[in-house]
Amino acid sequence: MTSAGWIFMVCSIGGVLALTAFCFYRVLTTPAATTHMHAPLDIDTHDLNT
Amino acid sequence: MTEAPALDPTRPREQWGSRLGVILAVAGSAVGLGNFLRFPGNAAANGGGAFMIPYFAALIFLGIPICWAEWTMGKYGGQFGFNSCPAIFGVLGRRSIWRYLGVFGLLIPVVVYMYYVLIESWCVGYAVSYALDWIDLGADPALHAEKSVDYFNEFVGANQDGLMLNGRPHISVIVWLLVFALNFYYVYRGLSKGVEKFCTWAMPVMAVCAIIVLVRVLTLGTPDPSKPELSVMNGLGFMWNPKPMSADGGTWMTVLAEPKVWMAAAGQIFFSLSVGFGVIINYASYLKRKDDVVLSGLTASATNEFFEVCLGGLITIPAAFVFMGIAGAAKTGTFDLGFKTLPIVFEHMPGGRFFGCTWFFMLFLAAITSSLSMLQPVIAFLEEALGIGRRGSVALLGLITGMGSLFFIFFSKDLRALNFVDDTVGGITIVVLAAIQTILFGWVFGADRGIRFAHEGAQMRLPFFFKFMIKYVTLLYLLIMLGWWAWNDLGRYIDMVRADNAIALSVGLVVVVIVFLLLMIHIGGKRWQAETRDARRG
Repeated sequence: MTSAGWIFMVCSIGGVLALTAFCFYRVLTTPAATTHMHAPLDIDTHDLNT
Repeated sequence: MTEAPALDPTRPREQWGSRLGVILAVAGSAVGLGNFLRFPGNAAANGGGAFMIPYFAALIFLGIPICWAEWTMGKYGGQFGFNSCPAIFGVLGRRSIWRYLGVFGLLIPVVVYMYYVLIESWCVGYAVSYALDWIDLGADPALHAEKSVDYFNEFVGANQDGLMLNGRPHISVIVWLLVFALNFYYVYRGLSKGVEKFCTWAMPVMAVCAIIVLVRVLTLGTPDPSKPELSVMNGLGFMWNPKPMSADGGTWMTVLAEPKVWMAAAGQIFFSLSVGFGVIINYASYLKRKDDVVLSGLTASATNEFFEVCLGGLITIPAAFVFMGIAGAAKTGTFDLGFKTLPIVFEHMPGGRFFGCTWFFMLFLAAITSSLSMLQPVIAFLEEALGIGRRGSVALLGLITGMGSLFFIFFSKDLRALNFVDDTVGGITIVVLAAIQTILFGWVFGADRGIRFAHEGAQMRLPFFFKFMIKYVTLLYLLIMLGWWAWNDLGRYIDMVRADNAIALSVGLVVVVIVFLLLMIHIGGKRWQAETRDARRG
């Protein structure tokens, strides 16, 4: 494993891990993100009103 | 949005149960065998670590922009009560031609499902084989490679056509039937109770299984002290060290001047993210207008990248290298690496039976979360086009995909039919659909309008360069990919069709499916126009 190999591996894996952690942090810290239930008639297109 | 009244609002609609559920379902759709078997082989064969430069470029300029466009188009179409690709294309494009172009968003999932469920059943078969200790490559290491290939060929019926339906039930046909039924069971249960619920537990279990195998691989050290060069560290080096394409090719930076490396990277991103598949549009159509699509789309893509780069990039190639050296690690085909090389690795590995079972069970989970996503868009379409309920559409789709799957089971010799359809329908057609979507979003619907709609309820803003990217860079990238394929591969595929009856018949199968779907779109179009007229009157 060369130093260039280490750089590519660490940057690739580190970058992906950081992006994934950031995204899930944002998703999971949004209020009620996992309990947001939809009702079948809870659809508001606004299209027929304009 | 004044041009297309919504369909009957009293019609029962399916919805996602939670936001995390839809993200995991989209990520589950994206994470498949390619993450663990195709990506590492592709990277090692195309410059090692240097491959990651075109790979991430394709992710940023191609994959994620199309992903956002698909999420936005799907959510937009869903506000009118539509969930299928042709209907949503019709709403966005406002001309019937777009509805018919939406056939690609049905053709790809339905045809790919026909053979993908077969590969999925092989994963189950191998997991069970390890659990019950059926895989025995013998005591002589010199014969392991030969016996592993023999086991695979026997299991999948690659020695001759029709072997698996030769008068007695073959074990892999039985496994295929069970896996096929399991897929339809979960899809029949519905979006929230079936697909979402399954993905919500399958994705974490998949990650745990992959991490167990990863820890085992990274702690292998140097299993054979007499061969110190075959170490985990050198295996990682084989995967990640940047290197030129050929031994006399100068520095690794010459890789970046190779068009085929950029095409391989773009292809990998495409197949990996499930963009251009018709799945994301369908899944996003079940969202509400004020639901976020920007952060959700990015999170699903990031999850896919986690499985691909962080897990797939550290397991397969190093494991193959440690026990088989460069000869084993250099095998780049999905089937070669996954089903022929890795069983030899597990044969040598301490605790190989347990890790082999865990590995193939994980591949099964990766495959089934993808195959479930292929069924939902077509079921939604049949419900919309024919006005039949879920039970009827599931039964009809089961019949169609079952017959198609039996075609690939019958024409199993050397997996020619399967490989050909995977390369064409599961390959270049995806790029065609992505190009259609990019034109539709960027030029017909309007990028500005699309961005405004994407930002409704979004928890983060699209980057400032998104509009320029989707209108020009992504489209140009896709057109170059199509031109590159036509220039290099089209003639070869035509020759294959002429020379091989099984391949010619598989083309016939695809044509029959296209004609059937176009007919359904025609029937559905009439129905949607009538319902739209009713909605306007109402």
